[in-house]
Amino acid sequence: MALLELSDVSVHYGRIGALSGISLTVEEGEIVTLIGANGAGKTTTMRAISGIRPLSGGKITFDGEDITKLRADLRVVRGISQAPEGRGVFPGMTVLENLDMGAYARKDRKNLAEDFERVFTLFPRLGERKSQVGGTMSGGEQQMVAIGRALMARPRLLLLDEPSMGLAPQFIQQIFRIITEINQQGTTVLLVEQNAQQALSRAHRAYVLETGSISKTGTGPELLADPSVKEAYLGVA
Amino acid sequence: MNHVVTFLADGSDWINFDVGALRDQFWNDTIEGLSQGSIYALVALGYTLVYGVLRLINFAHSEVFIFGVFGAYFTFFGLGFRPGPTPELGAGELILYLALALIVAMLVSGATAVVVERVAYRPLRRRGAPPLVFLITAIGASFVLQQILFIWRGGNQERAIRLMRPQEVFTIFGASVTNLQIIIVLASIVLMLIANTFINRTRLGRGVRAVAQDPDTATLMGVNKERVIMLTFLIGGLLAGAAALFYLMKAPTGASYQGGFLLGIKAFTAAVLGGIGNLRGALLGGLILGIVENYGQSVFGGGWRDIVAFVLLVVVLMFRPTGILGESLGKARV
Repeated sequence: MALLELSDVSVHYGRIGALSGISLTVEEGEIVTLIGANGAGKTTTMRAISGIRPLSGGKITFDGEDITKLRADLRVVRGISQAPEGRGVFPGMTVLENLDMGAYARKDRKNLAEDFERVFTLFPRLGERKSQVGGTMSGGEQQMVAIGRALMARPRLLLLDEPSMGLAPQFIQQIFRIITEINQQGTTVLLVEQNAQQALSRAHRAYVLETGSISKTGTGPELLADPSVKEAYLGVA
Repeated sequence: MNHVVTFLADGSDWINFDVGALRDQFWNDTIEGLSQGSIYALVALGYTLVYGVLRLINFAHSEVFIFGVFGAYFTFFGLGFRPGPTPELGAGELILYLALALIVAMLVSGATAVVVERVAYRPLRRRGAPPLVFLITAIGASFVLQQILFIWRGGNQERAIRLMRPQEVFTIFGASVTNLQIIIVLASIVLMLIANTFINRTRLGRGVRAVAQDPDTATLMGVNKERVIMLTFLIGGLLAGAAALFYLMKAPTGASYQGGFLLGIKAFTAAVLGGIGNLRGALLGGLILGIVENYGQSVFGGGWRDIVAFVLLVVVLMFRPTGILGESLGKARV
């Protein structure tokens, strides 16, 4: 049974359709990536899974239970957490407070010490800047905060929306390495990316999203080798 | 030496410019301004909190306040006090009655604020109404609450019920400080400290700040936004209720259906003056407004008090459009 399953999910902004009936699955333990051009509906998919954006049709199942109508804040309790597009670091909160917000929905708030430890091991930079205010950090550091914060929820499914966006090349390498590491520690990852090269080489499976529909799916290596994917997303003619 | 300038041809005091009066009254004005300003600050916090979370000026907040004034008034009434001479109460008795009135006023205002949120604003949020609709609804809610009071109590002020007479406790530079002023300033400071601690040090308070800074991301962290919004209105209402009791003790004839309007506008002014969305700004704005309007009254004459308050706002906004402290609850760091 898939950990996450979207069946025929549609989302509309007013009368404009952003997603028209997409279906995808994420199995426990996988890294699945969703690639596509700007405006293809990648972020909308993430927002639908997190419950920020209501569906106009279709069904979302998580861990065997229908969560289509479940309130967004309760989905976090179920084990879905997200590092959103643009990072969404709380500008007026320190690194520590931001990370603590990630654990907001946790019932076992007594045992946060080891989660902080885990985040600071993955991102030593954050450990050095615990009391820096989010709004004054660089893009790469903010991305670390966003991913670390999402991990503080101890998610079963981690949603990462464009973690490489706007980052310097050395940061991009580092972020993708850490994503693999998080996955190897046992967290399932759904990754939305424009950096298809990196995403496909890290992912077990991938979906290609084109103007609101899934046009292709396969394993990471398969899509890396696919000529039309190469042409459209990898910049190889 | 007084510098009274008379502008009207018939020699009456249309406006004074009496620096001597300010010099003579300086400490009296300051002390009285602090106690009046504390009341503004408590009410201003309600405007600022709601603005911080919803980017909405809750114009019904002045009525949330006046409902608390009536709550306090009828607590006095229910305890057997009637308009007329001030009773001689022991200190213990007085504190008990005032504490009771404080609780009732806070609950009445808190409940009013939550009801306004539920009935007026939440349905609009559900439908994704544009900001202008919220603004008009806020003004409408303000009128509805006023008219409810009018239908119930009529247009006249309630007759004053006094539980205590202000008495001089000590003097600063010759200006007397009364027990009433001390109670108001101390109680306001304590309440504001509690509110500040709640917002900055507790988990729920952090949720409020998260929604203020980025509502969608807050939701992604598992914050229930609707609950945070209700909590915000509740806290603002509770503080306005406390202000309501202090106001009634200061101005015993203040229970009137329109009585919230001017005070509400002043408190809103205080919030904008200090930097709307900013908790410390509300405190600072309230105190400055209370003090400056007293100075203005001494210099220009009694009728100019409110004008001085609003001119101050205009002048400050000309030079600092975001208010004195100028950051939002979202960005505020404590």
